[in-house]
Amino acid sequence: MSNPSVEQVWEWLETIPDPEIPVISLIDLGIIRNVEWQGDTCVVAVTPTYSGCPATSMINMDIETKLRDCGLEKIELKQQLSPAWTTDWMSDKARDALEKYGIAPPQAAGGPKRCPRCGGDHLEKLSQFGSTPCKAQWRCQDCLEPFEYFKCI
Amino acid sequence: MSVDKQHLLQFLLRQGDNTLVLGHRVSEWCGHSPILEEDIALANTALDLIGQTQMWLGYAAEVQGEGKSADDLAFLRDAWDFRNVLLTELPNGDFGRTLLRQFLFDAFQSVLMGRLMQSSDETVAAIAAKASKEVAYHVERSADTVVGLGDGTEESHRRMQEALEYLWPYVGEMFASDETDAAMAAAGIAPDPASLREEYDALISKVLTDATLDIPAATYAHKGGRTGYMHTEHLGHLLTSMQWLQRAYPGCEW
Repeated sequence: MSNPSVEQVWEWLETIPDPEIPVISLIDLGIIRNVEWQGDTCVVAVTPTYSGCPATSMINMDIETKLRDCGLEKIELKQQLSPAWTTDWMSDKARDALEKYGIAPPQAAGGPKRCPRCGGDHLEKLSQFGSTPCKAQWRCQDCLEPFEYFKCI
Repeated sequence: MSVDKQHLLQFLLRQGDNTLVLGHRVSEWCGHSPILEEDIALANTALDLIGQTQMWLGYAAEVQGEGKSADDLAFLRDAWDFRNVLLTELPNGDFGRTLLRQFLFDAFQSVLMGRLMQSSDETVAAIAAKASKEVAYHVERSADTVVGLGDGTEESHRRMQEALEYLWPYVGEMFASDETDAAMAAAGIAPDPASLREEYDALISKVLTDATLDIPAATYAHKGGRTGYMHTEHLGHLLTSMQWLQRAYPGCEW
């Protein structure tokens, strides 16, 4: 049996949600850097978002499980450090999905553009950190709701 | 230019042990911070530090070539094998002292990582590029908090000044170079730490001035951590807590 195409593998990976923010896929997040066949082994290069992110091992497990379910037998996951992950690699589709989910997407200016709930733009930072390494906590002064902001790095 | 493996290993252990020991110290705040946001912030900072440790000690184990892992180096070495600067192993003290220690270390890391990104060793450069983004975020927060507390109430100012007097004698060790640093500099892997002092002093004096804190005049520096010659009594206590599981159940896996 010949190997499924690399494009096919990317399509399978596209269906794997981020374990902590399930409305975006691992590909949307920009952490899958390469897929290639080395003989009969499918090698997937993954870059960590934050160096200590506990979701990393979960993500690797999800990738392996998915590809096994799709019939692949030999899978190798490779950690790729360089170039370091940046939120610039996040797709526009992911940014929209994040905002609909209630998380303000990353902005080059370093803070959220508007409240993901009411759209207000009078915002204040509550904390530079949040419930996961990739998020910070903000509050909207129009609707008074707190919300999470996906940090721009 | 090839470099002596023992020197490279020593250099990597210094990086990884700094982040490991400080990461563990900071994690001791988990569930004890003054407010929830600060608790989350400290836990996240500790997490980044432990993440950086995995990269540094992972590479150290690879260079060592004895088939060990980053976990082996973290959990199965004793106090005399650690190469962290003494600053990182000091007890947390109050919240202000913890944040001031964090700032003094973050400022050093922010200067160092910028240089290591230019390292002739590709792996060192890649780890530094990854870590530098987290370090930039850390130093922004610790500097803000130091200013907030130093230039805060009478009590917070007094406590921050006391913290600075306590921590200051531990700053000099970060810049104390030896033959390992000379070997790293000669191979273009890392700068001589002594050459970073000027940039560091400029950075911290700006923040400490904004915080209305007086930098102590004394120049004496406690040393012995980064060479492993003599750690403070505090490191052993920290390790008994951090390494407890592997000591009680050798080889235990999750």
